[in-house]
Amino acid sequence: MKASEGKLIDDVYLDGIRRDMIKFAHLQLRDSAQAEDVVQEALLAALDNAKGFAGRSTLKTWVFAILKNKIVDLIRRQSRTINISALSGEEENMDQAFESQFKTNAHWMPGARPSDWGDPEETLRQHQFWAVFDACLKHLPENTARVFMMREFLEFETTEVCQELSITTSNCNVILHRARNGLRRCLEKSWFSAGEQPC
Amino acid sequence: MLSCKDATHLLSEAQDRKLSLSEKMQLEIHLAMCKGCKNYKKQMRFLREACKRLAEEPGKTGE
Repeated sequence: MKASEGKLIDDVYLDGIRRDMIKFAHLQLRDSAQAEDVVQEALLAALDNAKGFAGRSTLKTWVFAILKNKIVDLIRRQSRTINISALSGEEENMDQAFESQFKTNAHWMPGARPSDWGDPEETLRQHQFWAVFDACLKHLPENTARVFMMREFLEFETTEVCQELSITTSNCNVILHRARNGLRRCLEKSWFSAGEQPC
Repeated sequence: MLSCKDATHLLSEAQDRKLSLSEKMQLEIHLAMCKGCKNYKKQMRFLREACKRLAEEPGKTGE
């Protein structure tokens, strides 16, 4: 038996988890200092509650559950001071870009019709895709991203997202629609059409 | 009849709540005739899957 097998958690494994946690927190919070802080908090809470782990899930799942809670606490605190539904110039631009895809009868302009993205698994397997996806996520305006990430990344029900951020359901729907449109346009431009550009 | 713009709203909301029977019917009729919106629907599903995979493995994006 190797010495490392005797240890419940080895340092390399823990280091990997911590890196993933920071990345995860950063994707949601978009702020390095905040991401580091919240991960630190989550790790301390995990140590404090080590009994709560008890091998019921993998260590990674367990600390990530704690991290998600810490992130939500932080968002909840912040949402008292920022107005999530306020439209920034960026958001207004996104709405204009969305409207510009349609003819006056509200059907797609010929050049704006969403294209066939092919086999999703094939795309998701590609390494470079994730850098593009990351860039497109970062391209979303802050408040839009916050709502979208809570829904899709922290995997909250829409009703919970609205509640936590004190916004109405219809507002939530508008914001999520805006985020999804922005992302799909970004991916269509930066990834899916990349192969079809004229020389 | 549903416009493409309306369809995008319903397709987004379908990711968040159960659509009513009449919403579903209108949407299905529209999708049967509209390739662009059919692609849009698949793209919505793709976005969800991509986010899910990223949440499971945040290191994917490199750096």
